[in-house]
Amino acid sequence: MNMIQAINSAMDVMMARDPDVIVMGEDVGYFGGVFRATAGLQAKYGKQRVFDTPITECGIIGVAVGMGAYGLRPVPEIQFADYIYPALDQLVSEAARLRYRSAGEFIAPMTVRSPFGGGIFGGQTHSQSPEGIFTHVSGVKTVIPSTPYDAKGLLIAAIEDNDPTIFFEPKRIYNGPFDGYWDRPAQNWSKHPAGEVPTGYYKIELGKAKVVRAGEALTVLAYGTMVHVAQAVIADAGIDAEIIDLRTLVPLDIDTIEASVKKTGRCMIIHEATRTSGFGAELSAIVQERCFYHLEAPIERVTGFDTPYPHSLEWAYFPGPVRIGEALKKVMKD
Amino acid sequence: MASDDRRANLQPLSLYVPEPKFRPGDAVDFTSVRLPPAGETRRPDTADKAETFIDLAYELVRVLDDDHQAVGPWNPRLSPDTMRSMLRSMALVRAFDERMFRAQRQGKTSFYMKCTGEEAVAVSAAFALDYEDMCFPSYRQQGLLIARGWSMVDMMNQIYSNSADRLQGKQLPIMYSVREAGFFSISGNLATQYPQAVGWAMASAAKGDTRIAATWCGEGSTAEGDFHSACTFASVYRAPVIFNVVNNQWAISSFSGFAGAESTTFAARAVGYGIAGLRVDGNDALAVYAATAWAAERARTNQGPTLIEHFTYRAEGHSTSDDPGQYRSEGEPNAWPLGDPIRRLKDHLIAIGEWDEERHVAQDKDLAEEVKRAQKEAEKNGILGHGLHQPLDTLFDGVFEELPWHLREQQAQMLAEETASGRPWARKS
Ligand SMILES: Cc1ncc(C[n+]2csc(CCOP(=O)(O)OP(=O)(O)O)c2C)c(N)n1
Repeated sequence: MNMIQAINSAMDVMMARDPDVIVMGEDVGYFGGVFRATAGLQAKYGKQRVFDTPITECGIIGVAVGMGAYGLRPVPEIQFADYIYPALDQLVSEAARLRYRSAGEFIAPMTVRSPFGGGIFGGQTHSQSPEGIFTHVSGVKTVIPSTPYDAKGLLIAAIEDNDPTIFFEPKRIYNGPFDGYWDRPAQNWSKHPAGEVPTGYYKIELGKAKVVRAGEALTVLAYGTMVHVAQAVIADAGIDAEIIDLRTLVPLDIDTIEASVKKTGRCMIIHEATRTSGFGAELSAIVQERCFYHLEAPIERVTGFDTPYPHSLEWAYFPGPVRIGEALKKVMKD
Repeated sequence: MASDDRRANLQPLSLYVPEPKFRPGDAVDFTSVRLPPAGETRRPDTADKAETFIDLAYELVRVLDDDHQAVGPWNPRLSPDTMRSMLRSMALVRAFDERMFRAQRQGKTSFYMKCTGEEAVAVSAAFALDYEDMCFPSYRQQGLLIARGWSMVDMMNQIYSNSADRLQGKQLPIMYSVREAGFFSISGNLATQYPQAVGWAMASAAKGDTRIAATWCGEGSTAEGDFHSACTFASVYRAPVIFNVVNNQWAISSFSGFAGAESTTFAARAVGYGIAGLRVDGNDALAVYAATAWAAERARTNQGPTLIEHFTYRAEGHSTSDDPGQYRSEGEPNAWPLGDPIRRLKDHLIAIGEWDEERHVAQDKDLAEEVKRAQKEAEKNGILGHGLHQPLDTLFDGVFEELPWHLREQQAQMLAEETASGRPWARKS
């Protein structure tokens, strides 16, 4: 399965198991979503459970809060993460705080799915990585898969979770892993072990990172598309690095990170989002707080630049192998 | 609980989810679309109070009748020269769309959006507004620039994100910005231009200026909160602004019912805000012209905002990323009862003896050549991904007026990276 099919399968499994799961969003019904992630669901579960919405993101999320308060488990789609901003107030001030402010009387058990990230010539309004905005908000969980297998297991866990979750889907790797060399032929998930996805129910616990490559010389923290770019760069560089796919940013698997950095003594953080106040800053602070005396070199952050996503120069913006390679030299210096 | 006993006797509720009339494979029948005859709808004085012509939000202003004559109180009585110019602009928009759609398919750019079937909406408005009025378009109003005589080479440079792109390759193709032609920078985020147009109009009023603002969005986008904020501000401050809602029946795969079309018209959105509302045959270039001119006069005489719904049809896909065959009947575009705006204006000009088929064919040929020439010219400046783009360092221009330390640092990092990559790109200095 590719990642889109895995995501589709997760919703399919959960809708079959739980009549309270409903799917909604712009174009998700009959058409099955502009990325086809909800294809076939309306035919299978009917219009009452899978439906198109008006084009109003604040409406979609506000309605999902109300549905959650009733007892449903809405899985709203925001067509591109760039369009989640009109919904910010409902997410930040409402969904994220409903449990807290009502002392548990009301909850908002929703899973907001949204494709994010660049590398598809989408210009500044189809490329952003806004995860840092949500990790900064107390009360929402933020999940980002990097493989079809993980996407399905994590999405199922998110749908079952009673708290609001933002589930960002790295659209650059919907159809196959990506090594960061944009001028090389694309790979396909069918040739990757993580493309083998069971059709039935399974879940991957939120808040558990995955060591995708064990190593002794360096800890690389990444998520989404960047996990694959990191793997390619590390393989090319021939460094015995430990690569950790965070999978959930909130809650964060601090134990895995801490153990790894204490073992390797070096840490590099990679994300595509802009640098300033990005999630890398949080990771860097945490590692510094917990592993300072084990560090042999300053922590390196590899990120997108602090500009909006440019259209024609997008590959100069993207944190690709060259940028990661340069950072690698610095962090590996004795 | 007492309420539980009572509930046992109540009828269960049910959730209504709208569904378009036709899907792929269905035969299309548009007879239920109510089309009042041309010439019937009344034309209030522009000084009349909005509450006195609420009916117009539910009617349809039409000028061109089935015999290709211009009839009724909304007939703008344009000179044949003006109408020929409008026809030419509309045909040019279509030729431009054809060529650029193909350029995308040939891999010369990443994206394109056509406005096929909706050419009258933007072109007629451009003719009815003053050149100095500020337009806040959405992404299907390329006709504004073309009708305002803006350079197609310049538009193509933007589409190709090449070295001559005035937007420095920073925007998605077709998201033009041409301040000189009164064309506000397009956002990819729907409906954000609506309150901005109101702000511009309020500023113009506050300054005692004479210019007005006009803005456009699709019927799907009227659901966005920004649309409603804009209506409130415009109503409260009687802003000299024209709201255009282009009801082309589809928002990607979602039919207009998902924006509320089953319950009322889009022009009727105006009623609740106390704004003047007009519903217009959007495929009738003369009706669009007349409505825009009327709304502009209201704005210019401090009667406040007007909301115009253009009832039209999106004849082609949403964009180059869309396949409408997946969600709507193949028969729809041809069955659309309001016809093709270009053909209708052409037929009118022929009917009044001011045009003929031969000239039309010859003009289409000329326009295709003109577009081709422009394309050749633009391609000298590069196409997307072929190296002829803006200098690499410009990636950091425009984030702020001046480059702060952290961006300067990142810029240096990027340039070093490019050197290290072994494929250095052109630089500014
Ligand atoms: C805030 C926001 N949400 C979603 C989108 C994705 N999107 C782009 S165009 C579109 C449909 C718009 O339909 P409509 O307003 O009717 O205009 P049309 O394309 O029919 O001209 C959608 C949902 C977006 N660009 N911005």
